[in-house]
Amino acid sequence: MTSTSFDVEKIRKDFPIFSRELPDGRPLVYLDSGNSSQKPELVIETMREHLALHYSNVGRAMHVLGAESTEAYEGARDKIAGFVGAPSRDEVIFTKNASEALNLVAYAFGNPINTDPRFTLGPGDEIVISEMEHHSNIVPWQLLSQRTGATLKWFGVTDDGRLDLSADVITERTKIVSVAHQSNVLGTVNPVAELARRAHEAGALIMLDASQSVPHHPVNVAELGADFVAFTGHKMVGPSGIGVLWGRTELLDAMPPFLGGGEMIEAVWMDHSTYAPVPHKFEAGTPPIVEAIGLGAAVDYLTGIGMDAVEAHERELTAYALEALRDLPSLRIIGPETLEGRGGTVAFTLEGIHPHDVGQILDDQFGVAVRVGHHCARPLHLRFGIPATTRASFYLYNTTGEIDALVRGLHHVQKVFA
Amino acid sequence: MIGESMYQELILEHYKHPQGRGLREPYDAEVHHVNPTCGDEITLRVKVGDAGKILDVSYDGQGCSISQAAASVLHELATGSTVEESLSVVDEFTRLMQGRGQVEADEEVLGDAVAFAGVAKFPARVKCALLSWMAYKDAVVRSAP
Repeated sequence: MTSTSFDVEKIRKDFPIFSRELPDGRPLVYLDSGNSSQKPELVIETMREHLALHYSNVGRAMHVLGAESTEAYEGARDKIAGFVGAPSRDEVIFTKNASEALNLVAYAFGNPINTDPRFTLGPGDEIVISEMEHHSNIVPWQLLSQRTGATLKWFGVTDDGRLDLSADVITERTKIVSVAHQSNVLGTVNPVAELARRAHEAGALIMLDASQSVPHHPVNVAELGADFVAFTGHKMVGPSGIGVLWGRTELLDAMPPFLGGGEMIEAVWMDHSTYAPVPHKFEAGTPPIVEAIGLGAAVDYLTGIGMDAVEAHERELTAYALEALRDLPSLRIIGPETLEGRGGTVAFTLEGIHPHDVGQILDDQFGVAVRVGHHCARPLHLRFGIPATTRASFYLYNTTGEIDALVRGLHHVQKVFA
Repeated sequence: MIGESMYQELILEHYKHPQGRGLREPYDAEVHHVNPTCGDEITLRVKVGDAGKILDVSYDGQGCSISQAAASVLHELATGSTVEESLSVVDEFTRLMQGRGQVEADEEVLGDAVAFAGVAKFPARVKCALLSWMAYKDAVVRSAP
């Protein structure tokens, strides 16, 4: 294994789901963590205990339970701020997922109630994304472009699954650049420092969809050089229903509220309102309290293991998988075939066999759970001239034995369709 | 195992050697149907002759083995029958597919299409099997003078 301290069998025991079998006694081989991750006992128990013994609304209840709930909820914010190296805890905004975090920022641009020049947007201005984005980092910007008349542009993707940086896509008219830190299909880790440099030189802001990076690598938002970072809880051993937007304080302060409602205000009159300071300005209504606390526990769990160790383990699995998949001559990897600048997500096609058939047989006969389809990245698949791929994605609890099971399953799939 | 029952030999045969594939002239109606959840798509044409006789069902598309084999079986069953006969087969096939595996297939009516009975147990795949059959129904309706 990676190091003497990283014991994958011990880690698997922390996740109750790995003690179950699938129907007909098949073992569970879960290679779909890029879609959503499994949950350790610590997260499950923390959420259960909060619901059972401490639950109340946060921020507004003047009683013991209200204080306990608020302390746990705000404590989770502190943990997450620490986990991603946020210079201030108030820069961590809870959303319901990464999509909401991306939309929140998109709605700050071209908004008539926001006159800050960094956020004005209209015809002639540019929004820059990339061809490898998840739909959640495409559609909010398409909608923004439609609302404002700004031009939507994108970086292309090279044949080996890298961002094509040869073209000058970012210009002095660019106001915002938003790209994936790590592709949810290709596994490619994008060169954030270079992108941030280009964006800032052009006077633009830069946002990262870090949904696939924060769960798998040590990420320090202050060192990344980005202005906004979005990620989601359920992919990092936390619950669904909770996501995070990190943003630089001076920008968050300059942005208008996204959703209006309770707890995001300072004072309300019938004809106008003033708003609470960040982060509460962006957290209208009762938040996902227990989910936030669960994410705090997830961060405790990952910190206990160590993100360096998680990254190293996944790197080992990825190296093993890239090698093992070479055993199948008709398999084509969509994305980088070397370890350099990539994470533990491997998408591929099998010649002449549709991914839905691949996924069905892997599941039905081998208990191997992978994702098949376009993985919410349809433009990327169009770029490669394919309708869909099969995707295996690894996490801290996966083993090389599970990759062997995948390869055995793929051999069988080929036999069925030979 | 469950998977084996879904991927019947007959389905695999039709997938590997599709019958009547390719768009042909002449035709009375052409339709294009897609399954947005998986991206499968089909373009299908029908030519209807005297007394409602189906002279040709031609098609082209892309998708999984289930969707492609279903189109091939449809071509074989519908071509040469009448509009009325073929639509009753479509109805029976639809009943089988939507029966969650609880419906006994009428082999007299369905012929080779009974091979798809196993698919009905997989809700996510039922749409794959029905894609071309729904397109055919649509095309027949549109071909009516």
